Amino acid sequence: MIELGPQSVAFLFFSVFALGGALGVVTSRNLMHGALYLILSLFGVAGFFVLLSAPFLAAVQVLVYIGAIAILFIFAVMLTRGMTRLTETLNRQWWLSAVVSLMLLAVLLVGVILPVWGEGGTNPNMPSTDLVATTVDLGVALVDGDQYVLPFLVSSLLLTAAMIGAIVVARDDTE
Amino acid sequence: MVPLWMFLLVAAAMFVIGAYGVMARRNAIAILLSVELMLNAVNINLVAFWRYVTPENMSGQAFAAFVFVIAAAEAAIGLAIVIAIYRSRRSVVVEDVNLLRG
Repeated sequence: MIELGPQSVAFLFFSVFALGGALGVVTSRNLMHGALYLILSLFGVAGFFVLLSAPFLAAVQVLVYIGAIAILFIFAVMLTRGMTRLTETLNRQWWLSAVVSLMLLAVLLVGVILPVWGEGGTNPNMPSTDLVATTVDLGVALVDGDQYVLPFLVSSLLLTAAMIGAIVVARDDTE
Repeated sequence: MVPLWMFLLVAAAMFVIGAYGVMARRNAIAILLSVELMLNAVNINLVAFWRYVTPENMSGQAFAAFVFVIAAAEAAIGLAIVIAIYRSRRSVVVEDVNLLRG
């Protein structure tokens, strides 16, 4: 089984953060608490990125996700005041949603993850090599003409369009 | 190192929790929060497969970076729509937004 090294302890720690935060997001009645639980969950995911030796993505997770997107959610919660404490947070099909979600989890676990990548699965579940690409390689890959320069430019267009679209949609043009 | 299937297990659980939130919550902002959870679960999977299967090329990390971009655009547009709906209908409960229902 798994030896209890510092990596395993860190993994357990971050799993509790990520999954506990996720459960808090979907169960909390007050949406402000939900947004704060989302920050906890995103922090756990950033820890996973560190464990997976992707430091740039961990930094982006903290800066962009926690620093920008989660704060944007908190602003939206504050702008729609009065809706943060609904008496009924779940709709009428919540039990059906729970059944479907649990079935999806069971299918993913029993059908895909454990038989293919589990202990004694068909594919190896340990890294084949210690060679790990660095942030420099990621930067080169994003602007390399043979790799991802086109999606990189398209995503910059997408961000510009989303920014303009958000301003147009949210603007109050009654006066 | 921690075996790959434990990362996949946590990512699957997080995705399923997010899917439950999308299907069961009534508040539109809570639905968007749950979508963020699902996108994060996908990112864990992308980076975990990159580290364990193909650490020599950068496709996993590059795709995760593009998921960040899509998530930022989705949050901005989604919250702008929610605020516009709140301004016109005084509600962010998705059942109240039935203007286009026949």
